[in-house]
Amino acid sequence: MNMNQEHLIFEISDKGKRGFTFPKMDVPENKNLTDDIPIREDIKDFPQVSEVEVVRHFTRLSQTNYCIDKGIYPLGSCTMKYNPKINEKVAQIQSFLSSHPYLNPRTCQGNLEILHASEEMLTEITGMNAFTFQPAAGAQGELVGMMLIRACLEERGDPRKFVLIPDSAHGTNPSSAHICGYKVKEIKSNESGTVDLDDLRKNMNKDVAAIMITNPNTLGIFESQIREASEMVHSQGGLVYMDGANMNALMGVCRPGDMGVDVIHLNLHKTFSTPHGGGGPGAGPVGVQKVLESFLPVPRVVYKDGYFDMDVNYPKSIGRVHGFYGHFLVVVKALAYILSLGPDGIKEASEVAVLNSNYIRKSLEKEYHLQYKAPTLHECVFSDKVQKKHNVSNIDIAKRLIDLHVHPPTISFPLIVHGALMTEPTETESKADLDLFVKAMKQIDKEARENPEILKSAPHDSYVRRLDETKAAREPRLRWKP
Amino acid sequence: MYPEDFRYTKEHEWIKVDGDKATVGITDFAQNQLGDVVFVELPEPGDKLETHQTLGVVESVKAVSDVYSPISGEVTEVNGELNDDPEILNKDPHKKGWIIKLKVKDKSELEELMTASEYEKYLEGLEEEE
Amino acid sequence: MSYISLSQKDKKEMLKVIGVSSPHELFDSIPDDIKLGRRLKISGPKTEPEIMEYFTQKAHKNKNREYISFQGAGAYHHFIPAAVDYLSSRGEFVSPYTPYQAEVSQGTLQLIFEFQTMICQLTGMEISNASLYDGASGAAEAVLMANRINRRSKVLIPKTLHPHYRQVIKTYTKNLGMVIQEIEYDDSGQISTSDLKKHLDKETSAVVCQSPNFFGVIEDLDTISSQAHENKALSIAVVAEASSLGLLKPPGELGADIVTGEAQSFGIPLSFGGPYLGFMACQKEFLRQFPGRISGETQDVDGKRGFVLTLSTREQHIRRERATSNICTNQALCALRATIFLELMGKQGLKQWAWQNIQKAHYAYSLVKKVPGVKAQFSGKIYNEFVVQTKKEWAEIEEDLMKKNITPGISLEKYYPELKRCGLVCVTEVSQKEDIDRFAELLKDSLRT
Repeated sequence: MNMNQEHLIFEISDKGKRGFTFPKMDVPENKNLTDDIPIREDIKDFPQVSEVEVVRHFTRLSQTNYCIDKGIYPLGSCTMKYNPKINEKVAQIQSFLSSHPYLNPRTCQGNLEILHASEEMLTEITGMNAFTFQPAAGAQGELVGMMLIRACLEERGDPRKFVLIPDSAHGTNPSSAHICGYKVKEIKSNESGTVDLDDLRKNMNKDVAAIMITNPNTLGIFESQIREASEMVHSQGGLVYMDGANMNALMGVCRPGDMGVDVIHLNLHKTFSTPHGGGGPGAGPVGVQKVLESFLPVPRVVYKDGYFDMDVNYPKSIGRVHGFYGHFLVVVKALAYILSLGPDGIKEASEVAVLNSNYIRKSLEKEYHLQYKAPTLHECVFSDKVQKKHNVSNIDIAKRLIDLHVHPPTISFPLIVHGALMTEPTETESKADLDLFVKAMKQIDKEARENPEILKSAPHDSYVRRLDETKAAREPRLRWKP
Repeated sequence: MYPEDFRYTKEHEWIKVDGDKATVGITDFAQNQLGDVVFVELPEPGDKLETHQTLGVVESVKAVSDVYSPISGEVTEVNGELNDDPEILNKDPHKKGWIIKLKVKDKSELEELMTASEYEKYLEGLEEEE
Repeated sequence: MSYISLSQKDKKEMLKVIGVSSPHELFDSIPDDIKLGRRLKISGPKTEPEIMEYFTQKAHKNKNREYISFQGAGAYHHFIPAAVDYLSSRGEFVSPYTPYQAEVSQGTLQLIFEFQTMICQLTGMEISNASLYDGASGAAEAVLMANRINRRSKVLIPKTLHPHYRQVIKTYTKNLGMVIQEIEYDDSGQISTSDLKKHLDKETSAVVCQSPNFFGVIEDLDTISSQAHENKALSIAVVAEASSLGLLKPPGELGADIVTGEAQSFGIPLSFGGPYLGFMACQKEFLRQFPGRISGETQDVDGKRGFVLTLSTREQHIRRERATSNICTNQALCALRATIFLELMGKQGLKQWAWQNIQKAHYAYSLVKKVPGVKAQFSGKIYNEFVVQTKKEWAEIEEDLMKKNITPGISLEKYYPELKRCGLVCVTEVSQKEDIDRFAELLKDSLRT
């Protein structure tokens, strides 16, 4: 990349430079005010730079990032779809930005109506009964989901000890179950890539609180026996949690609530187009069937006699997980998205997501090994098995894709596929961009046979070349020091 | 390549017995699978271990692996060098990269473990599965 | 409006390549009896002008912009420099995801590194992470972290910690066999050190201390930390009003082992409560138990400096059920806003900012205390919030003042039944003298009746 290396802000900092000044104080100043309070002497080595330097610094830094606004970003499991700009605009309406969370409900009826309408939309799309918007991200949603299950079972007399999780699951699943006080039992996937019902039957008993299932699973394969699985769990008094990260394959086509799912989390920053922001903020709203509704976090938005209010009167609630009501501005964007698409647009989004993914799958299945041959929906997982013969790994493939100006697929997951390349284009990609990705992958396959060295030393043209992650872990340098 | 006087577990630990003392480490296969080791979590001298109990954890950049005790016994010494230089596990897993020394409780447990040739056959079997 | 970029021709060609005649065949793996079979009953589609209209209407139903507010309590109205919005709306920052492929994410990784550095500088600690969801979940994560470090199960949580933070801590620790012991406050509005001493024992994992606390009072963190350490417990400092770090002695110099809190004050709008910006910092020795993403410095194959997400083996995608936290997506874009904010402010700006906050709050405090029927509830020193007790019910005062377009601050009775007729008032640098004067006048009027 033709660009100078960008300095750290501290490296251009110097005394006397300022990026912002305040108006003179309009109240009389008391110079002795802090005489008997412990105050700091200085903020040692803190930056002192001008606004110009800050603007240039971040403008240049931004240019070293790949992003959806630049091109295809087929990061499996993350649903990197285009972020509509009207959603950004409505989230910047002054009234929303300046709403203090402690506003009297009388003065924020619009905000409460937005939360209420969003809840209605999501319950219809998922077939659930009620939603909470408190969870700040998918992982927190998973935690809330498991807490709801635990609270429900505790009320019945026994919270139980175990949670069953397929070996293909995202790491947040077992992690969330653990924080909830449960031990995890792994359920095997069968050769078709779906949950092995025999293994489930063997492991399901009255000590198991729940199964955490992703559908379609992390291989992009629909768990077609989900109803049987749910019945197995329910018949022994357990509950069914669905990780809704892959909801982009199902909208308008089928609904988790109709598959025996008791509780689900959604990722608004995946399925519902709100921006990923380089790592958040997202939102992980949790939807429940009636059986779990009384345990939802408080406060809840209620509508009574033509008036929206915040109600904390739910004695069985699990409590709070967020300081206030969750990520309101993210919900605004998701609602704008749902309204923009409407019922047919929402369904079309899933249909085209599945179309685009299958197009990529078909275009690359000669060159790249597919460990599981079952039909896939919105994503599929290739592996580096063929290229490994030439000592080329999925990491090398990913790094070379950078030279070819596309973002690599997800490579570290799922764990059941060695050398995975989890590819999810989403529905917003044009055929030209899909073909660009396919062409790049085919070129890399050819290079693996004819010139593997160029892959092993990739990337070549990026702002930085391959980075030494081992050094970063062995010699941690986690902040700048003078 | 695998020392004849060691015994091996299915989880890729090795153990070398000398009288009623033993040394434990992970095999070359294991360190290769893990990649560059960045951190080793060691037990304390005096810790009592059962067979298959986790005695420590090896972390690479992208993976974490439990190390299981091949037999039961009491930890007498841990390899402190691994704290400053975890790379030793990659460079010399069978000698300088030893992890713990322990006092053997029941020598008969060794019979459950694989010999060097049995371990090498086991590794071949794993490669075919891939 | 849909965001599909395929033409009819494209679809036809793609279906041909795949080998199916209609896109519906691609859903054959879903059993028919699971399929919805009807149209979703949701509103829309709406065009862009209609979307704008819909949300503008909702905004009109809000009346918040008609009021001058003196509300704080964990969410603070501060000025946000223009460049913060401008830079943080760039598509290159807004639209990528977590920087898993570091080589094409140096912008995000470097800004996080700068954020981490400044959090360390502000808190006086050695290590920071890339952010947590908010102050409340940060407090909960800190408590869980202390438990992982010393394996003790009791945590001392003062009543002067934000009630919502306390609630979130309870929710998080409920299923992990931990014991939460609340600590009383005294007439100064600070943690009662005698009550603290009473409950500190060998089972105590950590003492949590928010400063400035929920009442706006500055705590004696130094003493609290010493007491904790005497019992081999950890000292967790919580900062809910981050602007205070520009002036007050940092928790790292007052014995804190872990510092966590809310950085919403650093350039993040009130947003009706979210998204906000949790932060956490700790001393070096606790690194392996530290939750959250961390950006670390390294080199590329040419020896050029670069940044990567590091020490990932602490995290859920590798350690799974034994991870230090389940956190995956965090608050990166909010951290970007804070980073830009802090770099614009600079050392002098932050000092000046905090100075104006404490000065204006004290001006308001002294004015309000003089109003007949009002008294200061606590004797402790404050930063930019204070608690007053009035002769009238706070709800009535709120009614009277809202008729005159002022929101006086929040009622404390719902959180603290013993604090009858008390209100928590917040004054920041955006409060104008004339509004403060008017607030005091209206209070006087309200209390006359």
